[in-house]
Amino acid sequence: MNILDYLKDHIVYLDGGMGTLLQAEGLQPGEYPERWNLTHPEVIRRIHRAYFDAGSNIVNANTFGANALKFGHEELGQIISAALAQAALAREESTSPQEKFIALDIGPSGKLLKPYGDLDFEDAVSLFAEVVRLGADCGADLIFIETMNDSYETKAALLAAKENSSLPVFVSNAYGEDGLLMTGASPEAMCAMLEGMGADAIGLNCSLGPRQLREAARAYLRCSSVPVLFKPNAGLPKRENGKTVYDVTAEEFASDVAELIREGVRLAGGCCGTTPEYIRSLVQQAGHPDPLPIVPKDVTMVSSYTHAVMFGSEPILIGERINPTGKKRFKQALRENDIDYILEEGIRQQEQGVHILDVNVGLPEIDEPAVLEQVTGELQAVLDLPLQIDTTSTEAMERALRRYNGKAMINSVNGKAESMQAVFPLVRKYGGLVVALTLDEDGIPATAEGRVAVAEKILREARKYGIPKKDLIFDPLAMAVSADAGAALVTLEAVSRIRKELGCLTTLGVSNVSFGLPARDAVTAAFFAAALEQGLSAAIMNPHAAEMQKTIHAYRALHGLDENCAEYIAFAARMPVETAVTSAKAASAPGDGVPGAQAERSRLQTAIMKGLKEQAQEAADILLATREALDLVQTEIIPALDEVGKGFEAKTVFLPQLLMSAEAAKYAFEAVKKHMEGNADPAKNIRKCPFVLATVHGDIHDIGKNIVRLLLENYGFSVTDLGKDVPPETVVGAVVRTHAPLCGLSALMTTTVPAMEETIRLLHREAPWCRVVVGGAVLTQEYADEIGADHYAPDAMETVRYADRINELVQKGEPSV
Amino acid sequence: MTEEILHTMTLSAPPRNMREVLRYAGCRGRDEAVERLAKECMEEAWPQLRYRACWRRFSVERSGGEIDLGFARTGSETAGRFLEGCSGGIVFAATVGLPLDRLISRYGRTSPARALMFQAIGAERIESLCDCLQQQLSAHFASEGLSLQRRFSPGYGDLPLAMQREIFQVLDCSRQLGLSLNDSLLMSPSKSVTALAGLKHGVCPVGQEKCRECSKKDCNYRKDET
Repeated sequence: MNILDYLKDHIVYLDGGMGTLLQAEGLQPGEYPERWNLTHPEVIRRIHRAYFDAGSNIVNANTFGANALKFGHEELGQIISAALAQAALAREESTSPQEKFIALDIGPSGKLLKPYGDLDFEDAVSLFAEVVRLGADCGADLIFIETMNDSYETKAALLAAKENSSLPVFVSNAYGEDGLLMTGASPEAMCAMLEGMGADAIGLNCSLGPRQLREAARAYLRCSSVPVLFKPNAGLPKRENGKTVYDVTAEEFASDVAELIREGVRLAGGCCGTTPEYIRSLVQQAGHPDPLPIVPKDVTMVSSYTHAVMFGSEPILIGERINPTGKKRFKQALRENDIDYILEEGIRQQEQGVHILDVNVGLPEIDEPAVLEQVTGELQAVLDLPLQIDTTSTEAMERALRRYNGKAMINSVNGKAESMQAVFPLVRKYGGLVVALTLDEDGIPATAEGRVAVAEKILREARKYGIPKKDLIFDPLAMAVSADAGAALVTLEAVSRIRKELGCLTTLGVSNVSFGLPARDAVTAAFFAAALEQGLSAAIMNPHAAEMQKTIHAYRALHGLDENCAEYIAFAARMPVETAVTSAKAASAPGDGVPGAQAERSRLQTAIMKGLKEQAQEAADILLATREALDLVQTEIIPALDEVGKGFEAKTVFLPQLLMSAEAAKYAFEAVKKHMEGNADPAKNIRKCPFVLATVHGDIHDIGKNIVRLLLENYGFSVTDLGKDVPPETVVGAVVRTHAPLCGLSALMTTTVPAMEETIRLLHREAPWCRVVVGGAVLTQEYADEIGADHYAPDAMETVRYADRINELVQKGEPSV
Repeated sequence: MTEEILHTMTLSAPPRNMREVLRYAGCRGRDEAVERLAKECMEEAWPQLRYRACWRRFSVERSGGEIDLGFARTGSETAGRFLEGCSGGIVFAATVGLPLDRLISRYGRTSPARALMFQAIGAERIESLCDCLQQQLSAHFASEGLSLQRRFSPGYGDLPLAMQREIFQVLDCSRQLGLSLNDSLLMSPSKSVTALAGLKHGVCPVGQEKCRECSKKDCNYRKDET
């Protein structure tokens, strides 16, 4: 019998701890338990058999930590083969009558994935794929991914299982006392992602006793539409009379777990500290009742690596600003691969309270699939909002979805056969909530009825791919009222009917409605309010638009979604401040004559020196109305920065102050850039020579490097920042490409200085025109000399000073070396 | 010999020390704006931090100029000095989790001043966590008539950083705390510490002047010797 068939109408009992029992048999702390498959096969078999005898339906083969990071490929094959062979022998030997299955057990790799660790996502997939193939070849009945404490690694393992076998896959995560995974994911976030990717059972194991894990288990039961598994520890270990014991007894354990089985847990067993006695006791207490049915939960969720966003109970805001359409500055950022600009756009929208970020990087002259994949990853490194992958390129969509950590929103599919054929397989494979536009081969239907009909067609087609209704959200398309007076009414009616007649979610790009009109925000906000009243579930919107913010805050207060109107009151308290700033700006507007400009000049410099970002930007904005940008940079910004820099060198100003000033200067520069937008190349006039910057291979510290970069950029250098953990060849490649006369390398650890030395050696050989300046906690002048650096900079200012000297040489046309 | 039992625990938040934060941020004078920034950053980080540790006891055997700790052997003089007169000790790992790495990464791209501050907060938090853990363990071992000595870590003095591997193995750091070790032997989350500390019979005063005893005289973070 197939395990999934058996699972349909039975409670399934899992096994208990392995490590604890092996220790009792003499496994030393630190020794790999998987090697015992080869050295002590009889012990492994005996333990498996004891679990079968105790009533376990599924025994996990002893392959928890078996992967190519710990074992050579040959030994790995032997270990997995021996593990499954011993489990199979144990199954034959056991006389216990229940159905018995053997799982290939997959635990964490022990490495954290990038960006916080050093294991690449695809390398993790390959690592698990090897284990999956070996296990499937050796006859495993299912794959049991367990004890995963990171959502991203869990995704890698599940993807590997799905791509390399057709076996059922169960996935179990280890939650801490705070009810979250070590890297922050909630049970809801994991449910959303794992169910979306097609796991056959999901749940929790290890880390704590059954009582401490109870609430997390209940969260699974609330939102999972697939069977839930539960495999807790026997509490915590303690020392008693020279022996290790766990503080939850077999009876207590059984009674706690049995309670959760009554609440709907379908598969149960134990983890660390549990023994065959615990399982026997559990099987006796819980017995073999008719299990509660597995009910599909009608909960629509998307998730990031920390949390899930649920649709339905209140309007979901999707920030629209990461999109080049109609934005010169954004297009420029994309062309220059200025990812930081995009990240800042994301962070600012998060600060404005959006729940999800739309990500669109479609620009004809860039490699969209590569950039979308990159931006998705970078955004997930700096913010924890779920993302809406917005692209018309199937390749870009797949690359972004594959790397996405969580369950993404996908924008979009439509009623055209071609679109559905391209998008639905991706939704099926990677999971996702897909935005479905109500248009098809015949265009956008003019009536609400027509749009509902397209929605129905999309629903039917999705069902063929096994995509449930809850994973579709319909966009009945907001159109410009300036072009068609009835457009808004049709859309509003479609929103209402899709919700009432089809019982589906809806979303709109609300701002389209006001296209072609003056003072658009007023129209957009009124339409937004009307759509919300029709039951709109989500809106793609500009969170910086004050009218939209007023509308959503008022709506939430009016609909009982804002207890005591607390959020509205807090929002209102912020409003007058904005008005005050606006009027102050107006009062000191350009044209005030020389005295006013004089006052502003000192205001800009003061703002920079005090590290006041907004004021610096504002003052620069005002000055730019009457002054040449270049003049402003050279007579205002740079001198202010210089003064702070000198203070730092004289030790009267400290690093945090220096950085705050540098950041304020950056804001002033941003104002300059915006002002010069549309000019051929704003940078040309102020930029100095190229500078390539990197933290060396093996080193993941980049604060120092980022500081250097900020200062260099402020001083007008054209910086190519290669990031951290950069291989020597990549550094050389960038120096050769930009013909940079300067390269800065940073290393924090003694262990990574050899990588620095190697990079310098390669640079001197391949790019002899380039001078290498080094810095970082571990370096000294002597060390720098020893590894052949051209210059040692003990701090960021010194790098700037050195770079300025070299820049002067280069400008004068002197050969660099 | 390494003791069989591996203790894993969650500690309550150690009291915060803003002066230490500012010292780690490289700020030696007083500056209102910097102090405000430090406070803001601390408020942002605080609710996300978790204080977790695991530890194991080991006994010390000496033979042929080497020390056998059960889970590792070393000829390190530093280890010899710190474990002098000790029949055993503890090896521990502690972490404040991934949130600070995320904050540092988030602001590293957009506000290096904040990133620097989160870096400093991380340094203060993890050091304070280690201090708290040591206090608790000191009390625990005092009941056995043992006094816990000062901690020392791989990479300090001549104790090789490579011992990280053995410590990770014996403490099962990946599973217990979610730590991982990269190829350069650096830990993720970065605000984590592994260390050893000796156990001595009797009541022995333990020096507290960490900076004064350290041989790295040119350290940026060295406290003023007043």
